[in-house]
Amino acid sequence: MNVHHAHERRRRARGAQMVIALILGLLAAAFFRIQVLGSDAWELRATSNRIRQLPLPAPRGIIYDRNGDILVDNVPGYSITLLPGPLDDARETLERLSAYVDLPEARIERVLATLRRYGREVVVDADADFETVSALEERRAEFPGLYLEMRPRRRYLLGEAAGHVLGYVGQITPEELASPAFADDRYRPGMVVGKNGIESQYEQQLQGRQGLRYLEFDARGHIVGDFAGVREDPGEAGQNLVLNLDMELQAWIHSIFPDSMSGAVVALDPTDGGVLALYSAPSYDPNEFVGGISTDLWASLTADENNPLYDRSVLGLYPPASIWKLATAGIALDLGVVTPEEFMAVPCTGSFTFGARSYRCHLAAGHGFNNLAQAIGNSCDIYFYQLGLRITLDEMLRRSTEIGFSQRCGIDLPQESQGIFPAERAFWERRFGYAPREGEVLNLAIGQGPNSQTPLKMAQFYLAIARDGSAPAPALAQGANQGEGWSLDLAPEHLESLREGLRAVTAPGGTAHIRTSLEYWEILGKTGTGEHAESQAGTAPPHAWFAGMAGPFGGPPEIVIAVIVEYGQSGSRVAAPIMSKAADFYLRKKYGIEFDTVQTYLEHVQRGPVPAWYRERYSSNGGTR
Amino acid sequence: MVPGALFLERWHPVIRLLEKWAVDPLLVFAIFAMTLFGVAMIYSAGVVHIPNAVTQDAWIRQAAWFVMALVAFTVLARVPLRWIEWVAVPSYVIGILLLVITLVIGTGAGTAVGVKSWIRMGGFGFQPSEFAKIATILMLARVLSQRKEPLTSLRDLLLPSALVGLPLALVMLQPDLGTALAFGGILFAILFWAGTPVALLLLVASPAVGLVLSFDTRIWSAYVVGVIGFLYLYRYRLFLFESVAVVLANFAAGTISRPLWESLKPYQQNRILVYLDPEVDPRGAGYQVIQSKVAVGSGGLTGQGFTLGAQKRYDFLPEQHTDFIFSVVGEELGFLGTMAVILGFAFILTRLVRMAEQSSDPFAGLVLLGILGAWLVHIFVNIGMTVGVVPITGIPLPFVSYGGTFLLMSWVAVGIAVRVAHER
Repeated sequence: MNVHHAHERRRRARGAQMVIALILGLLAAAFFRIQVLGSDAWELRATSNRIRQLPLPAPRGIIYDRNGDILVDNVPGYSITLLPGPLDDARETLERLSAYVDLPEARIERVLATLRRYGREVVVDADADFETVSALEERRAEFPGLYLEMRPRRRYLLGEAAGHVLGYVGQITPEELASPAFADDRYRPGMVVGKNGIESQYEQQLQGRQGLRYLEFDARGHIVGDFAGVREDPGEAGQNLVLNLDMELQAWIHSIFPDSMSGAVVALDPTDGGVLALYSAPSYDPNEFVGGISTDLWASLTADENNPLYDRSVLGLYPPASIWKLATAGIALDLGVVTPEEFMAVPCTGSFTFGARSYRCHLAAGHGFNNLAQAIGNSCDIYFYQLGLRITLDEMLRRSTEIGFSQRCGIDLPQESQGIFPAERAFWERRFGYAPREGEVLNLAIGQGPNSQTPLKMAQFYLAIARDGSAPAPALAQGANQGEGWSLDLAPEHLESLREGLRAVTAPGGTAHIRTSLEYWEILGKTGTGEHAESQAGTAPPHAWFAGMAGPFGGPPEIVIAVIVEYGQSGSRVAAPIMSKAADFYLRKKYGIEFDTVQTYLEHVQRGPVPAWYRERYSSNGGTR
Repeated sequence: MVPGALFLERWHPVIRLLEKWAVDPLLVFAIFAMTLFGVAMIYSAGVVHIPNAVTQDAWIRQAAWFVMALVAFTVLARVPLRWIEWVAVPSYVIGILLLVITLVIGTGAGTAVGVKSWIRMGGFGFQPSEFAKIATILMLARVLSQRKEPLTSLRDLLLPSALVGLPLALVMLQPDLGTALAFGGILFAILFWAGTPVALLLLVASPAVGLVLSFDTRIWSAYVVGVIGFLYLYRYRLFLFESVAVVLANFAAGTISRPLWESLKPYQQNRILVYLDPEVDPRGAGYQVIQSKVAVGSGGLTGQGFTLGAQKRYDFLPEQHTDFIFSVVGEELGFLGTMAVILGFAFILTRLVRMAEQSSDPFAGLVLLGILGAWLVHIFVNIGMTVGVVPITGIPLPFVSYGGTFLLMSWVAVGIAVRVAHER
């Protein structure tokens, strides 16, 4: 048999053709399966191969003040995000990045740990400056997996002047994410949320809904561009918020508050309890917190013994001292144990003996016989000791607690301290280990003793005096339903006699006259000198209080302000002018009167002659109207 | 007169000339078209979003090599058949020597840096294994063309197997598994054309199949039982010792499979594991198969369009102008494109068979089948691996993949094929 015979060749050729057909047919079948039958799945895979979803941060709501001026808004900021990828590459990228961005080794480790744990993008720098970002953009090829984007950056136009009340924003922490407050499915890791103040209180409203963008990547993690195939979801901006704050008033208070001193100022609107200003000193600039506060600044803020992060206006607890005397007077009038006109049995001779102890008045020379208004005007301790005795300790405890001095005001802020006031005699036993004697009422009557109140609480109390005895809960946001406030439940004539007392304070001869008298406005108020442990030991000056109200002469008060200056020594010298100047600023603006930084009577006479308005007001009859 | 006829009338001399140049116009123009298509695909493979000077201009270099290849073809297609027959022995010896030298001074290239398959002189490099393939085909054809009788016993197969086994072993040492497979294809195709019964070929291949199946003892046992049964049915055609040798070889394959597996380097084991399931290591060894399948699959019926493949453009495809050029075809030209190429190859391969069938010269037929065997392995393994039908093996697609030596030697093979087939 010749294998190369034509017949044999034909037979083998057929076999060879079959083998070729079989092998190529197998390939054809494989391609049919993948390209025709399974094409959709592979196409999807090809898309997900190179298209990645990234969050598109939505701008937070803008915060306006009562006049429609912007307190907080958003400006374009830049962020540097590391996208998930091989860990070694990520580390290399971060190490190279540390030449451009402040990125300590510990931070690199933290970013890598997050990347490892969640396998999702991590914001490395939420607030990069433009120069850094453009430098990185130029060297994009060196930084695979790095995503540079513009995202809204929070801007606080008042800066330090409104640090505490507005709060600040920061990246959501894993703990926050797990908490019920952020249970809403809008919240995702890496988002920016309100951390404090209004930003935190109205987080749900201010926060928008994060959008989605689709980016096209190559195999090495370089961004090719936006993916046109799917429309990006722009998300939704947060809702805006309008506050009762007066931005300019807040800034003015910040500018007149004595430098290097600590304290707080609260300004309320008598018509609805709206908060016109809420200031705490020393303050901080919330802009510094945007995108993560630098470790140095944070260390200096927390190490500062004046504790600038502490919001004294709503958290600080101080002995209310003499400004409390109005509460004593109100309770006495309400109980009917005194009439506005009558004198106390013992005239003020500088001291008062009760039991075995002698209690002194702040004026050693004594005030003689005072009626209620005079006693308030002179801040006569001797009068109020006796008034306290008339009220009795038990009634003092019951009524003060009823009025609400051991409760919060209910302001719309995440934190507020509760006032401290004993509700019953057992308080002394719990706190000090002894049963109180009747003499405790003497201290309580002049605002000392176990009585600590926040500046906000005292402002709310004066708000009630400025109104009809009732005071709504102070509200920062317009339209915020703050629930019921409190009520002093005083007869109108009794309220009037309290205001008469306040008027005496600022009248000629009153403790605060020269530093509060204004050209256009009538000021009513009360000074206070808050003794505390250090001042009683003689190592530090007492706290300076002033609480009062102001408005056009003959009209109802239009602003209520409480001021405390820690270690300020004198309520009349330090705290009162702040209140007066703030009120003047607000009312002049409200009535369209040209503003002048020389405001009080004292400021005028320090710069020149006695102003005409002052002479006119007091020359004819020496009256107070 | 119809225009078509006028066209033919006017261009008739040119067409005649081209036919004369090609010697076998059907084969040569099909391969010519395939090579042009390859240059176009190499151009497309260089169109990526971050341009790379090397891949961007690869198509120009390929076109230059094409010109050289055509020159080589033109010359070879005119060399007398007896010269080719005569040159078989010396070229085989030179080929073996070159392979030995390659093992000593050879270098890797591109992504296959670890292997020794290139010899470089100055800026010029070439792969001796490409030359050795053709030399081996000629040598084997020359030896077997002397016989008129079919090879019916295992003893008859010893010499041809040794002739192929030597270069195959040298190539395996580089190591270059893909080219080694091509040598296997050459051996089987030529033995087949030399009249070896298919059953015998299957028995020779049976230990290799058994080696693959031995990953599961039960499947392997069933397979060996099957082989023994087949030997029983086939008992009158074989000597007893041959049957015993086949069985022993199968048992040996089953026995060494585990130590062999363990002697493999982890990356080699991985390649086999991801062939079974690419998703076991999607970012590592399975990456290439997955990305290639994604590219081919997303091409769908009509493809994403020439140069527009997204997988290719964004660097997801590995080795896209050489080993994975067919993935680019799949992604950009779709199922219609891949079928056109496969049909093109089917035409080329069947044309080779037809030429062998029509050639009365035993040497010519054996050479044609040897070339067919090599190409069929290249085509099947290269195209098959882009869709996971075959494990990933570094082996180029004839006439389409980028590669100067390979293109040149493939066209040398075409020249030899048309010469031997048309010698009258």
